[in-house]
Amino acid sequence: MTKLESKVPSGHISEKWTNHKFNMKLVNPSNKRKYTIIVVGTGLAGASAAASLGELGYNVLAFTFHDSARRAHSIAAQGGINASKNYQNDGDSTFRLFYDTVKGGDFRAREANVYRLAEVSGNIIDQCVAQGVPFAREYGGLLDNRSFGGAQVSRTFYARGQTGQQLLLGAVSALNRQIDKGTVKLFTRREMLDVVIVDSQAKGIIVRNLVTGEIEKYSAHAVVLATGGYSNVFFLSTNAMNCNATAIWRAHKKGAFFGNPCFTQIHPTCLPLHGESQSKLTLMSESLRNDGRVWVSKKKNDTRHPNDIPEDERDYYLERKYPSFGNLAPRDISSRAAKEVCDEGRGVNGGDAVYLDFSDAIKRLGKKVIEERYGNLFEIYETITGENPYEVPMKIYPAPHYTMGGLWVDYNLMSTVPGLFVIGEANFSDHGANRLGASALMQGLADGYFVIPYTMGDYLATYKPAAVKTDHPEFEKTAKEVKDLTNKLLSIKGKRTVDDLHKQLGRIMWNKVGMARSEQGLKEAIQEIRQLREEFWKNVNIPGSGEDVNQTLERAGRLADYFELGELMAIDALHRNESCGGHFRVEYQYEDGEAKRDDENFSYVAAWEFKDVGNWELHKEPLVFEYVKPSVRSYK
Amino acid sequence: MEAKKLNLKLKIWRQKNSNSVGSFVDYDVQVSPDASFLEMLDELNNRLEAKNEEPIVFESDCREGICGTCGLVINGHPHGPLPKIATCQLHMRNFRDGETIWVEPFRAKAFPVIKDLMVDRSGFDKILQAGGYISVNTGGAPDANSIPVPKDAASEAFDAAACIGCGACVAACKNASAMLFVSAKISHLGFLPQGQPERYIRVQRMIKVMDELGFGSCTNTYACEAECPKGISVTNIARMNRDYVRAKFTSKVIEV
Ligand SMILES: Cc1cc2nc3c(=O)[nH]c(=O)nc-3n(C[C@H](O)[C@H](O)[C@H](O)COP(=O)(O)OP(=O)(O)OC[C@H]3O[C@@H](n4cnc5c(N)ncnc54)[C@H](O)[C@@H]3O)c2cc1C
Ligand code: SF4
Ligand code: FES
Repeated sequence: MTKLESKVPSGHISEKWTNHKFNMKLVNPSNKRKYTIIVVGTGLAGASAAASLGELGYNVLAFTFHDSARRAHSIAAQGGINASKNYQNDGDSTFRLFYDTVKGGDFRAREANVYRLAEVSGNIIDQCVAQGVPFAREYGGLLDNRSFGGAQVSRTFYARGQTGQQLLLGAVSALNRQIDKGTVKLFTRREMLDVVIVDSQAKGIIVRNLVTGEIEKYSAHAVVLATGGYSNVFFLSTNAMNCNATAIWRAHKKGAFFGNPCFTQIHPTCLPLHGESQSKLTLMSESLRNDGRVWVSKKKNDTRHPNDIPEDERDYYLERKYPSFGNLAPRDISSRAAKEVCDEGRGVNGGDAVYLDFSDAIKRLGKKVIEERYGNLFEIYETITGENPYEVPMKIYPAPHYTMGGLWVDYNLMSTVPGLFVIGEANFSDHGANRLGASALMQGLADGYFVIPYTMGDYLATYKPAAVKTDHPEFEKTAKEVKDLTNKLLSIKGKRTVDDLHKQLGRIMWNKVGMARSEQGLKEAIQEIRQLREEFWKNVNIPGSGEDVNQTLERAGRLADYFELGELMAIDALHRNESCGGHFRVEYQYEDGEAKRDDENFSYVAAWEFKDVGNWELHKEPLVFEYVKPSVRSYK
Repeated sequence: MEAKKLNLKLKIWRQKNSNSVGSFVDYDVQVSPDASFLEMLDELNNRLEAKNEEPIVFESDCREGICGTCGLVINGHPHGPLPKIATCQLHMRNFRDGETIWVEPFRAKAFPVIKDLMVDRSGFDKILQAGGYISVNTGGAPDANSIPVPKDAASEAFDAAACIGCGACVAACKNASAMLFVSAKISHLGFLPQGQPERYIRVQRMIKVMDELGFGSCTNTYACEAECPKGISVTNIARMNRDYVRAKFTSKVIEV
């Protein structure tokens, strides 16, 4: 049985990474090119890892289902990236960023990993600037910062509202340089459908060529998954349409434990649903909450135009409930509060939306200032909704946004399968039960540029994994499994469409495994998901064949995995009898509605081992807090 | 409170693969004016799938105008009739009830059709892989603030770096020129001090590959700028041409 060994090095927290780097084994430079490493995913995590490993001299094979590395979902990140540079001289430090992240994660992250993340955060900014990332600057030519997501220091670096785009273009340019040099070979339009394990080590992957439909085999000495998060299990989320869990899920079924699957983040400021045909939800930057006031009517089912609802009939519920943080209350708190008032029937027109109103700010600061601050966002809003937010309050509603859960990894970012590494949003990560704004980009790049290049070397030098060719029986066997699955999906020929079933799953997940979860609701969800899964395998219809481009087939395969993952999320949420971060169980709250964490019983990472569909075994990695004492989060 | 639906006639390009001949196929749809253009296609596809017909292949991902994956020619315009948005940002309220809408893939010799509305734009990456970067190894960077960059230069670099690599400029150009796309990258790196050491080598290498891939030449019609969803300016092309000429006079001329 696989044991959970976190492999956290000994010593003081500030010396762990340095010591570890020194103690790790090195691969002789001339031997590096004898090692082949597969990197799946070219988002911030994957592109930075593939480029850095290529620079070191390894032979890297990089894969993405996109037509270009630059399309990865990272491109859509808006707000910024954190780093403890303390350029603003406002008292930031490695320790403070570490402290904020552990606390923000509601004490459900591994201290040593978080410290390392904070420690390398500054190097990320150096690296990006050197690559030509055009961060915002002050008049003196030095880098500008802003504060983000409730932090008390200004440590967020940004490039207008397109930070993710610029960081990804930077990482992809490093990748392109290695492709130019021949150290990295990039395979686009390839979807990884399984990992191949030989003698309990990861030795390669099976992919489907999305243009020809061919099932291809690739072997390597180690495999890195950088395939992003799984918010699309909800159908509607802020994630890009094609984000999915298939790579990590198939790896999970091959032995990689899944950590904290129920830890998901709901973002409070997204555009509400416009109707049944909605395909995804659009995030509006959280920065809007700096000047916008959130409110709903005091009356139920109030269908009056917002500008006709008089001041004393409005409920500025965040300001009322959280006087000191008001409209800036953390993501999970704001999201829950919005759902509460809408469930009471006090949302916009009695539906699922609340107002975000700038009229006071416009009165106070003038339209020009507001335009300077948010003009771009207001335009986006108007393009999508057809309403002018200078005149009519915006409508917003929370939406699934980020998944803190993911494949369990040790300090070296290796999963429970030797030779299978997981980085970026795909791993269970450094964010505990809740991620702070601007910290996902930081983590993706920290993992890719500054952690994996070292820990990969240590793995190769320690394990000396043998080379395996793709004609090995395990490759044949796994490729056959993949083909069989494809054929099975295509042969069902039922009555329901993939999207139709996905929407139905999404509704179960959103209503019962979303923002507020209850024992009863979760038990119902598990039953409903199982039933729907059966319905899927009996009644889905996929037109066309597997022999050329078939986007329905792609989506069906991903949905098949969501049915299993969705169930595990519900099981994990049901077992965690506490509320922490993004996980809110209605049974566990204080009288004022605040989350009630249970450190005595739940201060651990829940790592689930796959036994069979619908059957998992729970393993626990205890979390010990030596440097940040767990305290109750209060934003009153 | 859903608004009244629009009845539209769509004429959509269907093509089995790069070797076959394509043609327009008619579809009638009813759609909410609040839906986006791609949501309309999603709905249509869902309907086709329910009838066990092959859905229309088109690409999209972020649906926020940033990833550059989407790209359709709508009524003759790459990314549709509105300025400065990508296809995914186009909403149905911009169309009239009863209208006929023509939907085609981006067309260019260097962008072969893969299926229906999906094209192969990998040529763009090949150009970027020919020096469209700054050579710096991970871990070898100096402190970020040791390289001050005037605010204006950073801002101009950003304007050029905002390109999403969608290819609308190529689709809009009668010569299928990629000059706007390539010059945007040249300017992005060229405005920054970090980009100077490789400036002249970069421009030569990138242009060489661009030509090899069969992208056309620029004859200054500016159709590219008009259709670019990010408002990338044609002044970048002029800058690139200047750099290209200057490259010939520097000692760093490479074999092109
Ligand atoms: C709208 C939005 C705004 C955000 N803003 C911020 C922000 O301001 N600051 C911040 O810190 N974070 C932000 N985030 C979160 C952050 O963007 C993501 O967490 C982060 O970019 C994830 O990076 P990644 O490299 O792990 O994965 P991704 O960027 O999602 O990349 C995944 C890669 O894996 C590939 N892939 C996946 N599965 C397969 C497969 N089976 N086979 C082959 N390839 C595969 C994909 O093609 C892609 O290349 C935001 C997220 C959203 C949704
Ligand atoms: S220059 Fe404009 S049109 Fe051309 S690829 Fe870039 S964003 Fe698209
Ligand atoms: S889908 Fe990303 S730009 Fe349109």
